[in-house]
Formats: sequence, C-alpha cells, structure tokens
Amino acid sequence: MSEPVIVCDRLAVRLGGIQVLNGLTLSVFQGDFLGIVGPNGGGKTTLLRVILGLERPTEGSVRVFGGEPGSQPKRTGYVPQRLFFDRDFPLTVGGLVLMGRLSRRRFFLPYGEEDRQAVDEAIRTVGLQNLHDRQVGALSGGELQRALIARALAGEPELLLLDEPTASIDPAMKTGVYDLLDSLRGRMTIVMVSHDTGVITKHVTRIACLNCTLDMHEEGSSLKRAPIGDIYDYPVDAILHNHPQSGESEP
Amino acid sequence: MNETIFGGILGFEFMQNAILAALLSSIACGIIGTFVVVKRISFISGGIAHTAFGGIGLGYYLGVNPLLGVIPFSLAAALGIGILGKKLKVSEDTAIGTFWAAGMSLGVILIGLTPGYAPDLFSYLFGNILTVPTGDLVMIMLLDIFIVGVVLLFNREFLAISFDEEYAEVSGLKSTALYLLLLSLIALTVVVMVRVVGIVMVIALLSVPAAIARNFSRSIPSMMAMATVFSFLFSIAGLVLSYMFDLASGATIILVAASAFFLVQGWRFLSGGR
Repeated sequence: MSEPVIVCDRLAVRLGGIQVLNGLTLSVFQGDFLGIVGPNGGGKTTLLRVILGLERPTEGSVRVFGGEPGSQPKRTGYVPQRLFFDRDFPLTVGGLVLMGRLSRRRFFLPYGEEDRQAVDEAIRTVGLQNLHDRQVGALSGGELQRALIARALAGEPELLLLDEPTASIDPAMKTGVYDLLDSLRGRMTIVMVSHDTGVITKHVTRIACLNCTLDMHEEGSSLKRAPIGDIYDYPVDAILHNHPQSGESEP
Repeated sequence: MNETIFGGILGFEFMQNAILAALLSSIACGIIGTFVVVKRISFISGGIAHTAFGGIGLGYYLGVNPLLGVIPFSLAAALGIGILGKKLKVSEDTAIGTFWAAGMSLGVILIGLTPGYAPDLFSYLFGNILTVPTGDLVMIMLLDIFIVGVVLLFNREFLAISFDEEYAEVSGLKSTALYLLLLSLIALTVVVMVRVVGIVMVIALLSVPAAIARNFSRSIPSMMAMATVFSFLFSIAGLVLSYMFDLASGATIILVAASAFFLVQGWRFLSGGR
C-alpha cells in the first residue's frame, strides 16, 4: 500500500454537547476512492469538516498529508453538499471555477495564464464548456453541482472531498456525476459522502458505514453478501444490522 | 436647464467642491456598496454609520474636526460588530442594535457636555454637499485612495468570502480577518459619505446604487463601475434639484436614489421579473 493521505486515530467529535463521532479510526490511502454512507446525523459531513480543518476533534487525532487538517489547502479540493447563494450574485461559471485557484494564488499577484488554463481544463472535464459565461444563478441543480466539482478540480488537488454531490439532482444527472468521478478515479484520492448506497458500491474502492462509529468494507466484499440488502436494495442498513448499534449517543 | 444658469452655478467654488465630493464619495460607495449588497450587510453598515455619531460628539467635545472623531468610532463599531458576531457568536442584529444606540447616545451626551451649541450638527446627521470644506475634500480623497488600493489588493479574497465563506476558509484564506478588513473599509466609506448624505442616510447610498447595478451586471467589477456611475448621477441630480428648489441636499440625493430604485424594481416586476 502507498502512503496514507488521511489518518484518523480514535477520533471523537462533540458538537453542542452531542457526540457526533466516536472512536473513529480510519486510513485513506493515495488513489483510494472511499465512499462514506450512513444515516442522516451519522456524522458524515462532520467527518469531512474535520478532515478539512473546519471542525476540531474533541479527542483523538486527524492527520492529512501528514500534517494538521486544513494546513495544505493547495492539495485539497472540496465540493460542498449544497451552496446557498444569492441567485442574483453577479458571477459567471468561469468566475466561480476561478475561485478554485485561490488556494494556489500567490499573494497580491493577479491570476495568470496558468490559472486560466486550469480553469478551462476543469470546466471541460465536467462538460460545462458551453456554459463558461453563464451566470451561476441561472444554472440547473446538476449544472451547479458540476460547476462546484470544477471549482474543486481547478485547484489541481491530490485529495478530493465531496459531500453528497448527487443529493439535489435528478437520477439522470446523477449518472453523469458518477461517470465523471469514475474518470477521476486513480488520478486523485477521493472521499465521497453519499446517500446513494446502492449506486456507489459500483464506483468506489472502499465503503465506510458511519453512524457515530465506523465500519469499513473493502472492495467487492461484504456488501454483496448481505441478504437483507438484496431485498431492500439498501445494503448498508443490512450491514449495520449485523452489528447491534454501537456507539449510541452519550448523554 | 438654461445653459447660462448652469454655467453660473459651476462658477461657484462651493459648487465645484460639491461636484468633487459627489465624485469621490461615489467611488467609495460604488466599490464598497457592491460588497455590502452581495454580502447582504447593509444593516451592519447602518450600525457602523450611526455608531459614528459618537465620534461627531467627541469631535465637538474636544473642539476638533468632527470628521476626525468619526474615524475611530466607525472603525471600532466595524471591528466590534464583526468580532461579537464571528468570534463570540452574538447574533449580528443584537450587536448592530447595541452599537447603533450606544454610539448615538454617546454622541448626544458629549454634545450636551460641550459648552455652547453645536454648529453644523444637522449637516453631519443629514449631510450637506454644498458646504464641504476643501480640507475635508482632501481627507475624503486620501480615504478613497486607501479604499481603492485595499480593494485592488484583496478583491479576489473579498469576492470569495462574499460568495462562499466556507470555501474561502478551505482555500486557506483567513476569512474572519478578511471580513473584519471589509467591515473596516465600510467604516472608512462612512467617513467619506458623512459630508454628502450624513450618517443617518449613509445606508441608502451604500446599498441603493449597488442594488440597482446588480440588475445589469454579470461580474463584480462591472457592478462596482455601474454602482459608482449611478451613485454619481443620483448625487448630481439631487444636488441640482436641491439647488433649484432650495431643498436639503442630502435628503434630496437619497430620494432621487430611492425613486430610481423603486422605478427599476417596478420595471423588473412589469417586465416579468426574475
């Protein structure tokens, strides 16, 4: 195995007195495509925020690229779950994606040719080249999601973190997003939080089931064997049932 | 309007100063107003402006140019409201309301303690573009240069925190520090605007021209340019109307801006809206 990109060691996070994550130990290696599934409130988004350095662990430790989370913005790309913004905000797709270059910007220097090339490349990768000058507020849900992925790609990250990239778009668009992620697979390490438990097993190399604590499943393993999963087409639940719910929220 | 009358008006030094004041204040309020509108912080700006009344009181009390008193007060309000909201998680409208009222109260008390009466007090509250002294114009120009310079250096960062603060943070930006810097620029813009429309009505010129400009712009720089032009047009139109009909100039400028705002909103509504 190659270098671990993310190492969580007995990570615990409490937010507002609620135990969101508990005793979570996890390593993500270079080139991994890790899917994180689990119920709402299971701590998926919180885990991403900890990896990004937006939340601090209460106990345990997190190392990203061998350092503090958030200390290497150049190497990390992030696609938020949904973006609340003003539909009237005067910003084009090109301008939005250019923000992905912020982490690489040298202080006080204007964006250069290299930045523009990275932006064009990212926009082509997500297939929005015809919408380069479209106002962000005029995009459909799926287009916006692609634009946000392009913004993350424009920074040429080694680690891409996605928070439910398909949550707010229709099924046809979802396939497009997954095909896109498939094409990125191997080029960078990807960690994706998702609700599409049935679909993501086809795309990811490993799955983590997160409900305060964590279960890991390696490629092609256990999920297929879960009988209840076949019936409900919801394999994750089935796996979680194998372990009587541990790590209940502490008071 | 008759050409000879207009030529006559322009001959007066107070009128030249007034036009220069309109131009300089429009630059600051077009640029900063754009961020105020897209980041939806007009009421923070209102809070900063009203808190500055304490500085005017302090200026009278100490016997110095009240505009000099406005600078520390508006900056303190900007940083105070920003830090209370971001660091101490006080709800922003509570912080705004407290600073707003406390600053005004301090101003009232300081003016009360000052012997004699306060000349020109009305012009600081409601502006008087016809009486801007040349010394204040120099100060306004210096502040303008500073504001434009900082925005040139940080425009991408300000855009990032205005559009998506979390992503700015993830990109390694110090989003809270940048936000406080932006609020400080609003504070300095308030100083620039006090002579023109007065602290009570600053909020309108910081938001209305930019809000109208947003309807017609596709990027932040074009919105800034357009807001500057609108602000200048409103100021000049208000100035001319106030001169012709002998009206209070600050209030006239604001009413011109507000009328334009309602007209544009009405036109948008009638043309199908968006």
